[in-house]
Amino acid sequence: MSDVGPLVLVIEDEPQMRRFLKASLESHDYGLVEAVTAREGLSQAAGRNPDVILLDLGLPDLDGIDLTRRLREWSRTPIIVISARGREQDKIAALDAGADDYLTKPFGIGELLARLRVALRHVAAPDGGGEPVFEVGDLKVDLAARLVFRGGAEIHVTPIEYKLLATLVRHAGKVVTHRQLLKEAWGPNAVERTHYVRVYMTQLRHKLEEDPSRPRYLLTESGVGYRLKAE
Amino acid sequence: MPDRRPEPEALLAQVREEERRATRGRLKIFFGAAPGVGKTYAMLEAARARAREGVDVLVGVVETHGRPETAALLEGLPTLPRRAVEYRGIRLQEFDLDAALARRPGLLLVDELAHTNAPGSRHAKRWQDVEELLGAGISVYSTLNVQHLESLNDVVAQITGVTVRETLPDSVFDQADELELADLSADDLLARLREGKVYLPEQVAHAVERFFRKGNLIALRELTLRRAAERVDAQMRGYMREAGIHATWPAGERLLVSIGPNPEGARLVRAGKRMATGLKCEWRVVYVERPGQAISQADRDALAANLQLAESLGAETAVLSGHNTAEEILAYARDHNVTKIVVGKPTHPRWRDKIFGSVLDQLVRGSGDMDVYAIRGDVEAPGRRPSPAGRRSPLAEYGWATLITGACTVLAALVFRRLSTTDVAMVYLLGVVLVASRYGRGPSIAAALLSIALFDFFFVPPYYTFAVSDVRYLLTFAVMLVIAMVISALTLRLRAQAETARERERRTAALYAMSRDLAATRGRNEVAAVASRHLEGTFGARVQILLADEAGRVAIPVGAGPAFPIDEKERSVAQWVFDRGQAAGAGTDTLSAAQALYVPLTGAAGPVGVAGVRLSDPKRLQDPMLQRQLETFAAQAALALERVMLAEKAQSEQVEAEAERLRTALLSSLSHDMRTPLGAITGAASSLLEGGAALSEAQRHDLLKAILDESQRMNRLIGNLLDMIRVETGALEVQRDWQPLEEIVGVALIRVEERLRDHPVEVKLPADLPLLEVDGLLIEQVLVNLLENAAKYTSAGTPIEISAAVRDGVVQVDVADRGPGLPPGEEGKVFDKFYRIPPATGAASGGVGLGLTICRGIVMAHGGRIWAENRPGGGAVFRFTLPLPSHPPEGVPGEPAES
Repeated sequence: MSDVGPLVLVIEDEPQMRRFLKASLESHDYGLVEAVTAREGLSQAAGRNPDVILLDLGLPDLDGIDLTRRLREWSRTPIIVISARGREQDKIAALDAGADDYLTKPFGIGELLARLRVALRHVAAPDGGGEPVFEVGDLKVDLAARLVFRGGAEIHVTPIEYKLLATLVRHAGKVVTHRQLLKEAWGPNAVERTHYVRVYMTQLRHKLEEDPSRPRYLLTESGVGYRLKAE
Repeated sequence: MPDRRPEPEALLAQVREEERRATRGRLKIFFGAAPGVGKTYAMLEAARARAREGVDVLVGVVETHGRPETAALLEGLPTLPRRAVEYRGIRLQEFDLDAALARRPGLLLVDELAHTNAPGSRHAKRWQDVEELLGAGISVYSTLNVQHLESLNDVVAQITGVTVRETLPDSVFDQADELELADLSADDLLARLREGKVYLPEQVAHAVERFFRKGNLIALRELTLRRAAERVDAQMRGYMREAGIHATWPAGERLLVSIGPNPEGARLVRAGKRMATGLKCEWRVVYVERPGQAISQADRDALAANLQLAESLGAETAVLSGHNTAEEILAYARDHNVTKIVVGKPTHPRWRDKIFGSVLDQLVRGSGDMDVYAIRGDVEAPGRRPSPAGRRSPLAEYGWATLITGACTVLAALVFRRLSTTDVAMVYLLGVVLVASRYGRGPSIAAALLSIALFDFFFVPPYYTFAVSDVRYLLTFAVMLVIAMVISALTLRLRAQAETARERERRTAALYAMSRDLAATRGRNEVAAVASRHLEGTFGARVQILLADEAGRVAIPVGAGPAFPIDEKERSVAQWVFDRGQAAGAGTDTLSAAQALYVPLTGAAGPVGVAGVRLSDPKRLQDPMLQRQLETFAAQAALALERVMLAEKAQSEQVEAEAERLRTALLSSLSHDMRTPLGAITGAASSLLEGGAALSEAQRHDLLKAILDESQRMNRLIGNLLDMIRVETGALEVQRDWQPLEEIVGVALIRVEERLRDHPVEVKLPADLPLLEVDGLLIEQVLVNLLENAAKYTSAGTPIEISAAVRDGVVQVDVADRGPGLPPGEEGKVFDKFYRIPPATGAASGGVGLGLTICRGIVMAHGGRIWAENRPGGGAVFRFTLPLPSHPPEGVPGEPAES
């Protein structure tokens, strides 16, 4: 049965969390491998070749960020880190170290499954898989023609707005940190100036969202970055 | 009838003395006229007697000099091991003060009280070791020869021709609790010397013959007996005072000794001590500093040494400042009810007094009912070495004088044909006045003499000779000379006064600047930094302030690099200074091997720390003027430090009390508010488990929904509790970043979307709202709490409005509802911890009453304000402000025209 769906490696020291993840993932046709410590997680990742890794940042034996870095030395398997609210710095550090996404505890099964789907989709088709057109709701981005549409009408965006939007589209559904966006739009020297991104994202929202103060597509991940709604 | 009541001061002194003695150890001195009279022997015998009485006797240091009868007495007494000290390759065995202090015997034997410790010891002198032992409550037996007594030092040197360098301040001798005389007649002593029973150190062997003459010994013995008798006399008086016997109440003489800046002052100080002892009166030593007076470094050192000597002999010392030495002395004398003034006999030629006036003469004339004693010693008349305070080189000044005179000659030659010879003299006079007004006395006189010579040579007939045919020219010459002297003297005095005024101004300004800066400084480390910066600026020194922790251990404040390296040894000196409350280190007698001078920082309630002062020229530290100024600055710094330390203490106590209240409230909150959702979850889950097939699909769904809702409620509760703890304990870290308010509002709205589904929310944000420099996550939390509150207390369907506006340099954000509003008068209370308003009917049960308190904590941490009002037309509005940054963020780079 385990070779029916994708294989998820759960690296989590708390038995209750493992029990919850096992029950919910297996009921949604995911295969499950469990590891209680970081050490065990490393060997399972190498031995079982999972499709996705769910990693709790609060492991007793090794810092989750270090573990991410060590995994990234040889593996491109998507890593989704799990952390508590208020630990935004940890999340950013994990993302910078190579993690693909994160979940804030406590989370519901719907949220977890959405993250897993996005991660698996990106493995199957990295960088949007060369798919030239991205569509969600009434928003449409034509990457080949460099055009943006809302509700069928073309929307005028500036080159930097377009760069930001295109970056989010390539990572659709995944969190993109302020740092990554700054690097894409302004180059590596601007990575500390997060307010650049915020100002341009506000502009983009005013162009693309129906109600910019309640965005539907360009979602804010507090203290971390942005996420483009993908489904 | 004379008033026989004891003076209050005397009574106070007596009380202090008794208090001191109650805790101090007792000092007994075995006193003798010369080496070999049997002091050590007597001391050991007395100690053995005490040991037999059961007293814990310890031999700290006793020199037997190989005498078997003395060594025999040492047997059976425990002996403290000596401390080995390496000095210039010689191993010295020194008394181990710390071991003695640690061992705390009942009675300690410390031979040779006047001994000088090896360099590097804590104290320069053994008597200082003994003082510390007594202070620690340890009783001491010690020995002393008469020639070591400070006030008799020069007398003994005159009698025997041998100068003894190791001296003991008379105050130590006088304060000894007991004195035992080891007396031996001169003949017996000489007999013992012949039998080889007297040990003499090799270095004085050559002086033995001179020292041990019968005449000398008789004189020394007399001196010894007299000094001992004086002490007995003093004890008698003390007893009479205690017993209230008034008959021979002291006459109340007060003695003042005025010394000059020269080595001869020491003789005056000693003479003053002898007079004071004879008169049984208190005495003072003063030095009058004349502004602008140049004193050589050697004389300055001598002055510092003499003032220290005076203090060690029990005098009070003062440094006065003024132009007229005699007036200053007399004013001070009157202020302190002095009855007798002692000055040195003048040694300079008499004509100087005729011209410049004599200090002695002025003193005698102005002394009124005071007696003035002029004794051999030395006080210089004012005006000695009055070289200008200016810093120009004298050679250049003479050059200028010659040049100006030369220029006068040229000018005179030009006008000579048309004018008379007298007018030519005026030209020269102009030159002399110019020189005198700018340069010192020497150059003016030189200019006058040169002018006379040139005038005579070129313009007075017969020309081109120095011969003078007309006598009236001689008068012209004399006038020129006198004018040069008078003007230069006036100029000098003016300049000196200006210099003094500037110097005083500078010090006052420095002191004022420091106290102003200190008053504006918060935090002990900051105050310490400000104080050391000012001290460094004023004294040109490296200054390090060490602060005491609660255990009384002084250390360099954290975060401050030391101004100069302070190792454990230096720190221990500072610690000693802190513990004793007296200065030590370089420039003092105590622990003088230290690199720096350590001054205690003593506030009103006690010591707060120590200031270490290091100068590139450590000799300057001995300057009494500098030490006094340093004390003034240190006192200022100490008061400021004490102020902030007290404030910090009060604050930390308040924080602690607040934290205690919070702990109690949190505990009750945890026990009640957490159990409610937990109960619901447990109930729902067990129903699901046990109900099985009996449950309908709808019931099953309801139960599951209850579990989910209650879990989420618990999560929010925990979040609130955690935030609350962060706000209350000051662990709230504000990580500011530039961001648009719209984005923060957006996230908050999404977070509370579920709970706001029954309320239409209207957001009104002006398009030109500037970026805010805030912690986005925290402000998001404020909005979430305010929105949740609005949802909780208003009935479904009523609208909620979020708006913002810039006014008066702040951004004001409003969250308004159309609910029942706040109970009138309670608008301020809603922000209090654990305050709850009963929720509107039908709404989910209220929270813990922490949400608004957290909002207030976050807004205040941002420098803003939060308050609540009732709206006209019904409902409540919560408003908070965030300060607009004074400096906008770096502009976002624009882009080229859109492609």
